[in-house]
Amino acid sequence: MLPRRQNTRSRTYHAGRGKPLARRLLPLASFLVLCALWELIVYIGDYPAFFLPTPRDVWSRALVALGDGSLLMHTWVTLKEVFAGLAVGLSAAVILGYALAKAPAVERLVSPYLAASQAIPIVALAPLLVIWFGPGTLSKILVCALTLFFPVLINTIVGIRGVDAELVELLRSLRATQWQRFLYLELPASLPVLLGGLKIGVTLSVIGAVVSEFVSADRGLGFLVNLARGLFDTSLMFVALFTLMAIALVLYLSVSALERRVLRKQGRE
Amino acid sequence: MSREPILRAEGLQVVFQSEESRLEALQEASFSILPNEFVCIIGPSGCGKSTLLRVLGGLVAPTRGRVHLDGRPLTGPEARIGFVFQQHNLMPWRTALENVCLPLELQGVARTVAKDRAREMLALVGLAKFANALPRELSGGMRQRVALARELVYDPDVLLLDEPFGALDALTREQMDWELLRIWSARQKTVVMVTHDIQEAIYLSDRVLTMSPGPGRIAGDVAIDLARPRKVDDLYSPRFAELTRLLRGSLH
Repeated sequence: MLPRRQNTRSRTYHAGRGKPLARRLLPLASFLVLCALWELIVYIGDYPAFFLPTPRDVWSRALVALGDGSLLMHTWVTLKEVFAGLAVGLSAAVILGYALAKAPAVERLVSPYLAASQAIPIVALAPLLVIWFGPGTLSKILVCALTLFFPVLINTIVGIRGVDAELVELLRSLRATQWQRFLYLELPASLPVLLGGLKIGVTLSVIGAVVSEFVSADRGLGFLVNLARGLFDTSLMFVALFTLMAIALVLYLSVSALERRVLRKQGRE
Repeated sequence: MSREPILRAEGLQVVFQSEESRLEALQEASFSILPNEFVCIIGPSGCGKSTLLRVLGGLVAPTRGRVHLDGRPLTGPEARIGFVFQQHNLMPWRTALENVCLPLELQGVARTVAKDRAREMLALVGLAKFANALPRELSGGMRQRVALARELVYDPDVLLLDEPFGALDALTREQMDWELLRIWSARQKTVVMVTHDIQEAIYLSDRVLTMSPGPGRIAGDVAIDLARPRKVDDLYSPRFAELTRLLRGSLH
């Protein structure tokens, strides 16, 4: 019912390490070209700022939002939701995933419902969670957690199932306890897959946070996008969008770096 | 001089039963193994010799019959029995030393003590210099040596070896056989080894049990009366050829 095993070892492109200066500057150059193109489009189309602001408009709006502290406040709110959701969703998914991997009978029983629950878009589910758990932080954490729950769950099941059966038998011959089997074999063996789950989880948690803030919120970057739309402050919308992008990117890259370090230490890379 | 057997197999039968099929892997096996004896079990593939060894190791429960270890019935894996698998089964994320430490860690032996003993065992199998190497950095023969050291480190009385050198090339295997004999005579262990190589079996053992397939049973029990310590020249002695012929005959 679930995929057997997948290769989740990722290779992230190292942007210029020990490379010539010209190649190091390439990302910066492409960014500048992109901004110039953007400016050009606005200039040619002669679009009003509420339709498409120029990069310079966005930049100055960002400086204002930074200056009055509002951008940092909203970012901080969203970040808290992202991390809390990550903690809740990851622990739930890893614990349940481990249990399901160990009990195929239960998995057969539960997995149709789990799969069906995935058919409901989280956007549609979020209002219900707000009714049940109120418009506060709790419902937002739950939306984040739910968004990342399923992919991480699947990932965990695949990881635990992928543990070498021969090594399981070795531990049996050495009379290891259940707990030792988990600690000495299952955990280290599925570490690459679990880290892969964390990587999926961080990006999904950001999406969950924005979705929940769209439904009902009075702060956060998702709220800021909504607010800016209402005010026709399109520059501010772009500021919020770019901040979200930066958050997702930084989180993703940090987990990638952690993954590389762990795997290299284990000699798996 | 009569000694009590350390291992005694009594009417062992193993049937693998699933919903669709029933496979009789082992029909009947009864034999005794004396302390410090080196016994090889030999037979064609699929004759149930690996299954028999797993029963002796307490990894597979027999459908009928029973194994006695020093007169007491065996109920599962035992600390007094070490099992060396066909595959080296080293944990890829642990160094050679850490792999050898594993059984002691599981037994709750203090880390520093475990490391010292593991180092000693690695030296015994000739890998002192490779303590910090990861399995993927070692050759096939070296990996099996680490696996052997891992079983020796907790000093079991009985070593069960399931074609441990089967995947190695002929030259490496010969060398490993030498090492095994050296370790066996130095450590005084009871060894039961499964192999499908007649010469290897004769060269190493005090006794060879032959098995026949479909379903598996013990077909012969041949004492190897070559003097110890064995030498390479033994391979070319008339007695060796005779024993080879005898064993080959009992396999068919």
